[in-house]
Amino acid sequence: MYNVSDSHIFDFSRVTGPIHDWLTGFLPGWAATTVECVAIGVGLLLLYALLALFYIYFERKVCAAFQCRLGPNRVGPFGLLQSFADMFKILIKELICLNHIDKFLFALAPYLVIIASMLCFAVLPWGDGLQIIDFNIGIFFLIACSSIGVLGILLAGWSSNNKFTLIGALRSGAQMVSYELSIGLSVVTMVCLAGSMSVTDIVLAQGNGWFIFKGHIAAVIAFIIYMIAGTAETNRGPFDLPEAESELTAGYHTEYSGIHFGFFYLAEYLNLFIVSGVATLLFFGGWMPLHIPGWEGFNTVMDYIPTPIWFIGKAILLSYIIIWFKWTFPRLRIDQLLSLEWKYLLPISLFNLALMVCFITLGWHF
Amino acid sequence: MANIQEKIAKLFPAATFENDNSGILQITVADEQWHELAKNLRDDPDTAMDYLVTIVGMDWVEKLGCIYYLMSTRHNTMCSVKVAVTDRDKPYIHSVADLWRIAEIYEREVYDFYGIVFINNPDMRRLFLNIDWVGYPLRKDYDEDPAINPVSIENERQTDLTSVYKEEGGKVVKTEREIFHKDDFVVNIGPQHPATHGVLRFRTAVDGETIKKIDVYMGYIHRGVEKLCESLQYPQTLHFLDRLDYFSGQIYHHGLCLLYEKALNIEVSRRAQVIRVMMDELSRIASHCLFIGTYCMDLGATTMLFYTLRVREQILDIFEKTCGARMTFNYACIGGVMQDLAPDFADDVRALLEVLPKNIKEYNKIFTGNVIAKNRMEGVGVLTREDAISYAVTGPSGRASGWACDIRKLQPYSIYDELEFDEIVREEGDSMARFKVRMAEMEQSARILAQLVDNIPDGEYCVKVPKVVKLPKGQWFQLVEGCRGAFGVYVESDGSTKPFRLKIAPPCLPLAAVVDHITQGSKIADLITIGGSLDYIVPDMDR
Repeated sequence: MYNVSDSHIFDFSRVTGPIHDWLTGFLPGWAATTVECVAIGVGLLLLYALLALFYIYFERKVCAAFQCRLGPNRVGPFGLLQSFADMFKILIKELICLNHIDKFLFALAPYLVIIASMLCFAVLPWGDGLQIIDFNIGIFFLIACSSIGVLGILLAGWSSNNKFTLIGALRSGAQMVSYELSIGLSVVTMVCLAGSMSVTDIVLAQGNGWFIFKGHIAAVIAFIIYMIAGTAETNRGPFDLPEAESELTAGYHTEYSGIHFGFFYLAEYLNLFIVSGVATLLFFGGWMPLHIPGWEGFNTVMDYIPTPIWFIGKAILLSYIIIWFKWTFPRLRIDQLLSLEWKYLLPISLFNLALMVCFITLGWHF
Repeated sequence: MANIQEKIAKLFPAATFENDNSGILQITVADEQWHELAKNLRDDPDTAMDYLVTIVGMDWVEKLGCIYYLMSTRHNTMCSVKVAVTDRDKPYIHSVADLWRIAEIYEREVYDFYGIVFINNPDMRRLFLNIDWVGYPLRKDYDEDPAINPVSIENERQTDLTSVYKEEGGKVVKTEREIFHKDDFVVNIGPQHPATHGVLRFRTAVDGETIKKIDVYMGYIHRGVEKLCESLQYPQTLHFLDRLDYFSGQIYHHGLCLLYEKALNIEVSRRAQVIRVMMDELSRIASHCLFIGTYCMDLGATTMLFYTLRVREQILDIFEKTCGARMTFNYACIGGVMQDLAPDFADDVRALLEVLPKNIKEYNKIFTGNVIAKNRMEGVGVLTREDAISYAVTGPSGRASGWACDIRKLQPYSIYDELEFDEIVREEGDSMARFKVRMAEMEQSARILAQLVDNIPDGEYCVKVPKVVKLPKGQWFQLVEGCRGAFGVYVESDGSTKPFRLKIAPPCLPLAAVVDHITQGSKIADLITIGGSLDYIVPDMDR
């Protein structure tokens, strides 16, 4: 296990610790915890919104570059304020009331989707000492939470009372449930290597080299499977069947308007961040700077870069790859999608898990 | 043709023969013998008329009837059959939908416009007009009073029933039939849907993701072009042809101009012919570019659209400089073309020919070889050669099924017989073949352009034509190769300044009619693949 206190990495608990002490100084313990929870909740919501806005801008710019266009460039310098303008537009849009729908479920669905992705934020390794909840089954909690999202999508499709949304929701259900298996298995593979399900432990275990290097062959296979399954999990191209525009107009969220649609939209981008965040955690060291054993000077320099920058930077880089997929590949068909998972990815992941276990028992990893 | 005439005269002594003004043998036969004659024409190896080009509904005031244009894919010969009935209240003609599958939809069109009922046609509904429409608009005694057919602000009445007329004991009996089964889950794809490329509606019965049956519902963009033409003078009728298949505007104009010039005996200058052919081929490249782009977008590869639009924009710029428009060019006219070429036309075309091969290479690299694209397209929507002919699926889609149906080769018009180019024919008949045929046709069009660009002869771009165009009495038929298939136009003149009847035989109507046949049993996503690969244009089928 890497000893952080010996290194030059800035420990954010040095900031959060005194605040906690100061609060408990004049408040009872439960009140101090409540105040902290509220403050963190607000901060998280703000971060959530900002990240989504950034991602919308980022994706539009990236895809514009792929398509020989300029992308947004009118609102603010380099079009930076475009997403803000879009957000305000969507906030003030009318929520269209539909007849003949299940009103309660219809209203509930977008919140389920967004809650699922918000909960995942709690266990992401934002930085040294910046983790919101740090407990021994962190990565398990993350997988569990992200599964709630599919419930929202199914509800949205069902409650809209529309044939397109229903087909979209069913596709989505089949797709997400299937691909969760591969995600789960590649996570398990990496958990084997780390020897712990705690997010902090997984990060610290990568202090002397990221898992993608330490686990070499098995880790690379797990990474590739994770990226494919993760792209499918976020319903993005080439796996964007649930909302396949040319077939189902907008899939499960066809009937949604205003901020309800905005929630789906937001959740989609945030899921993109979560998927790449988890990939960062499992394969590229989470917030851990790049360390090369033996290169002390280099490692020290890397340590001076703040850990949140490491984490978010790596996550965005991985997101870029997923965005790249979307703007390059055509879409799969539903039966091809399912056979890719059940006939190829799942057996390969199982084999890979066995391979990783062999590596660990034989000590063939670094 | 003479021995065919003898043969038929022996079998059907009542039939009469004449040649129409385009030199096509016309057989006139009574309705009672029509179905037997049709069967004979199709099955006799000497005639082998296996391709029904179009059915022209006619109202000669004293009688109603149809002219069937037939073509033999084996002998490359054409003939037409005229069938007429005198009863205006109950006009019945026997259907040939059992011989040529495409006849089913062609007969519905005739029924829609003329009220001629086809006995044994399995689906006698209106095709374009809504079911409550009063009267048959192309009949000469049609009452155009708007009070009879007011613009409705209510939803159009819908029905799931269709009529079938059958002969029982010498009497025609009407029976009703349901289009879908009672427990079918019917999804409406269209009329406003991103993948139908216009306002076309597929009522799709699905079982999970699998398609059971599709009912194509058209007419949302029906503008009555044929009806309008009857009240306009000949040069004015040309304008509508830009508004059918808006990518083949140049070619359609060319086709109708050829017909008028033939009727008027006008010799067009060499320069005008070269210009027209070059414009045709430029349109073909632009159209195929757009096809590739939108098709890839339908399959989810959005980026390709922008790459293909780059080339298309370049072509549209060339058009704009010469024709003054980027769409609806209205460029070819009787006697030649409207304006002379822009001074830098040849240079622009050369620049285009330079970038085109590089772009095609890039398209192949990014899309054609992609494994997902291959899985989505290969073996999807297979159309056999027999079905392609029976459904009259011409153009690139027909050629992908192994049917060499390029009108430029079969009946060379203008200067096409002097040009060197290959007809692209593939055998697979699937969506990938349709895609690849178009890809290869762009190269062939570029080859034609390369032969012409350095040899544009001097001369007048438009010869003198009479101020008032009057066609002599007679009937003409002309076929040209549009971007999406064989485009036919039929004109019958009574000697006045307006056409007595102008019938447009668009290539896209068969393309839409065949969708049901080749999607059965495939997935919803395949409907998009197949529809996209057929590349129909809705204004073209609706007219």
